[in-house]
Amino acid sequence: MSLYDELARRLRAHTPTALAVVIDGPHAGATMLVSPGEPVLGGLGNDELTRVAARDTLGELEAGRTSTRHYGPQGQTTPEDLVDSPTVRVFIESFAPPPHMVIFGAVDFTSALARAAKLLGYRVTVCDARKVFATARRFPMADDIMVAWPDEVFLTHGNHLGPRDAVCILTHDPKFDVPAIQGALRTKVGYIGVMGSRKTHAKRMERLAEVGLHSDELGRVMSPIGLDIGARTPEETAISICGEIIARRTGRTAQSLSATTGAIH
Amino acid sequence: MRELLDDLDRWRAAGKRCVLGRVVGIEGSGPRDPGAAMAVNEEGEVVGSVSGGCVEGAVVAEALEMLRANSDAKVVTFGYSDDEAFAVGLTCGGTIHLFLQELTW
Repeated sequence: MSLYDELARRLRAHTPTALAVVIDGPHAGATMLVSPGEPVLGGLGNDELTRVAARDTLGELEAGRTSTRHYGPQGQTTPEDLVDSPTVRVFIESFAPPPHMVIFGAVDFTSALARAAKLLGYRVTVCDARKVFATARRFPMADDIMVAWPDEVFLTHGNHLGPRDAVCILTHDPKFDVPAIQGALRTKVGYIGVMGSRKTHAKRMERLAEVGLHSDELGRVMSPIGLDIGARTPEETAISICGEIIARRTGRTAQSLSATTGAIH
Repeated sequence: MRELLDDLDRWRAAGKRCVLGRVVGIEGSGPRDPGAAMAVNEEGEVVGSVSGGCVEGAVVAEALEMLRANSDAKVVTFGYSDDEAFAVGLTCGGTIHLFLQELTW
């Protein structure tokens, strides 16, 4: 099996993997494939360079980063060793698994949000305790469907949720919303959004305070969910939610670029 | 890269040679981040993209020339700020460094 075939296999299986290639220096084009707990496949043309760069590549992969690193021809990394020495530049590309969006509530808005999330490259899980609503027939775009209460959902997925992931709670039902919010707050998920009118939101906040959640914890909860773009249909609402997720991750203000100044990217 | 797999598989199965182009660095404003990739096969078929459409045409020409000449892998730069930059620039004014390599691994 070629290096490319193995890369393709790992990418399709969503196995975390990173590709490192010499882009400048001796052996330009030499390539290796690195995954945690697996032997290094391929190499960078020098054993010591391969060993040192493979270690760095694993570090970059764990951080989900793509970057260029500089070495001496035998993998030297200290600045003194690199003086008067040709530099080898190694491009390291991390393929982390896709971000995960967990949507609570098999409602009208769910299918539009799941479609928008797929467009953005998320793995999408739709959860609802009601078996008749949470079906693959209604949500063919979802990667997984769970007929379950929030506790069980977080038992399954909670440990994996991180800064790139999102939990969207669209249930409108306190007996589902409250445990879902509590469960999401116990994870490291980057975005928690909860749908509801301003009135529903106010009542929900009271309930959450009653169950003992503090205002600093509740500061993580985006409720009512989404950006104020005047969205009305499920599709428009999905865009409003996804826009908020992107803006929260990038720390941007979500105004029109025509109304702001400064760098766009 | 992920989005190129189906086409790359097809090309490789058909025995077509191809060049992989990957963004390895950007300076200033760049439309695609490092890792953005495109591929060009020997018949000039293209998948993927590395910019907002500003440099793809030049990449295709360069890739076909590499296949014709059996060239080694190399970094090429697009953007106005570099002396050795190609004639093609990015409309956003940034500089983009691409690594071009025949997919032989």
